[in-house]
Amino acid sequence: MACAVSTEASPSSSAPGRSFDLDAAWQLHPQVSVRPERFGALLYHFGTRRLSFLKSPQLLAVVGSLAEQRSARTACVSAGVAVAEMPAYQAALSTLAESAMICERST
Amino acid sequence: MTTTTPLPLVEQFQLGLDAPICLTWELTYACNLSCVHCLSSSGRRDPRELTTAECKAVIDELERMQVFYVNIGGGEPTVRPDFWELVDYATEHHVGVKFSTNGVKITPAVAQRLAASDYVDVQISLDGATAEVNDAVRGTGSYATALLAMQNLADAGFRGFKISVVMTRQNVAQLDQFKAIADRFDAQLRITRLRPSGRGADVWDELHPTAAQQRELYDWLVARGESVLTGDSFFHLSGFGDGAGDSLPGLNLCGAGRVVCLIDPVGDVYACPFAIHDNFLAGNVRSAGGFTGVWRESDLFADLRRPQTGGACTSCSAFDSCRGGCMAAKFFTGLPLDGPDPECVRGNAESALLQVAAGSAPKPSLDHSHRSRPVALTLTTRRAPVSDCNENPLAGFSPSAG
Repeated sequence: MACAVSTEASPSSSAPGRSFDLDAAWQLHPQVSVRPERFGALLYHFGTRRLSFLKSPQLLAVVGSLAEQRSARTACVSAGVAVAEMPAYQAALSTLAESAMICERST
Repeated sequence: MTTTTPLPLVEQFQLGLDAPICLTWELTYACNLSCVHCLSSSGRRDPRELTTAECKAVIDELERMQVFYVNIGGGEPTVRPDFWELVDYATEHHVGVKFSTNGVKITPAVAQRLAASDYVDVQISLDGATAEVNDAVRGTGSYATALLAMQNLADAGFRGFKISVVMTRQNVAQLDQFKAIADRFDAQLRITRLRPSGRGADVWDELHPTAAQQRELYDWLVARGESVLTGDSFFHLSGFGDGAGDSLPGLNLCGAGRVVCLIDPVGDVYACPFAIHDNFLAGNVRSAGGFTGVWRESDLFADLRRPQTGGACTSCSAFDSCRGGCMAAKFFTGLPLDGPDPECVRGNAESALLQVAAGSAPKPSLDHSHRSRPVALTLTTRRAPVSDCNENPLAGFSPSAG
C-alpha cells in the first residue's frame, strides 16, 4: 500500500504525471467518499480533507471499478475508454494518485 | 476529462446540486466574545436553538444526502453543552466536522481528543498576528486564548489544524507574521475576506482593506499558491489576473444556494453564512420536508440556480473571472446584486457606492449581540467584541483532480 494517511494536504509531494503505472493494481483510498453527480462525481478524502472532482461519468466508472480490476488499464478498457483517450485518463488517474484519492493495492 | 464534459464545472455548480458539497452550521448564537465584525451578530443564546435531537435529525439528513462535511461555527459552538456529543454523532454518521472556535474550550485534554480523530478539523480564529491588532477586534485577552489553544493542539500532536484570519486594514501588513505563526505550530494558515455582514456592517468602512492592500493581498496569495487556504473567498480579486496563470486557486465562484448554504442556530436555512437576512432565507429545517426539502424545493434557491445576469458588469473584461463578486457584500453595502462588488478591483463600484444614501443599506434581520459592550477598543474600530464567525463554506477546497 502506497497510501500515506495524513491529516495534512501535501500538494508538494506530487510526482510527474507520466509516472502513473497503468498496469499496476489500484483502488480508491479507504478514507475517500464518492458522491455521484450528473457531471461525474465528487470525491472527498477524510484524511487529507481535500475535495476532488471526476469530470465525467466514464471516469467515475473507471475509478469505481479499480478495486475489482487487475490493473488501471483493464479498468479503463472495461469502462469503454478508447485507446486514443487513454493518455487523458492516465493523466486524470495520475492526478488522483498524487492527491491520494486512489492508491496502489497489493494484489 | 474536459473533453467529455458538456459544461465546465463552474457552470455545473452555478446550476446547483441535489445536495450541498458542504455547508456552514452555526450551532449557537451564544459567544463569550463580541468581535466587532461578527457576521452573525452573535453574543446571546437564542432560546429557540435546535435541540440535541433536532440537530441529530439534521445530521441524519446530511448523511443521507452524502454531504461530506459541515463547517460548524457560531457564536462559539463549543459552549453548547452537547457540542462534543454532536461532533461524535456526525463523525459516526460519516459527516466530517470542521469547527471554528476562538479556543476558549481547547484545553490540553480536548486537544488530545481532537488529535486522535481523523474526521474532525479545527480552525482557531485569530485576526491579528499581535495581541494589539487582534484584541482590538476580538476583545481583550482573545489573542492569549487563541495562542494557548494552538499550543495545546500542537502539544497534543494535532498537525495541520487551521488558523483562520479575517483580513482587515490593520492586519494585511501582518500576512508574513501570520504565516510564521502557522509554521511555528505546524498549522495551516487560512485567510478569508471581511464581509459587511452582521456587526461587520458597522465597521466595514474602517476595517475593509484599502485598494492598495487588496493588490498586496492578491500578489501575496498568488505567490503562496495552495499553501494558504482562502475558503475561495477572494474571487472578487481575480480581476487582477491577466489570465496567464497568475490566478488564485479554487473555484472562484459564489456557491450561495447552489453548492453551499447556512443553517443557523434556530434551524433557518440561508443562502450563505454572510447573508443572514430575510431576503436570503430559504426555509427552516423544522418544516415538514426538513433540510432536504428546503435545499431542493425552496423558491429562493431555485432563483439563485437560474442563470444570473451580470448587469452593469457584463461589459467588463474581468467579469468572467470575478463574476461580479460577492452577493452579500453588495447587498449589505446597499449596492444592486447585478452590479459590481463594493471592493471591485477595477474601481467600478465607486460611483455606485456614492449614490447609496447614508443609512439606506439593508440591516441584518437578527441581532444577538451582548447588550453591554464592555471592551474598549484601541484601534479605529468603534464597537466591541466578536465570535469566530469567519466561516466560508468552501473552506479548504482544492479542486485538484480530474
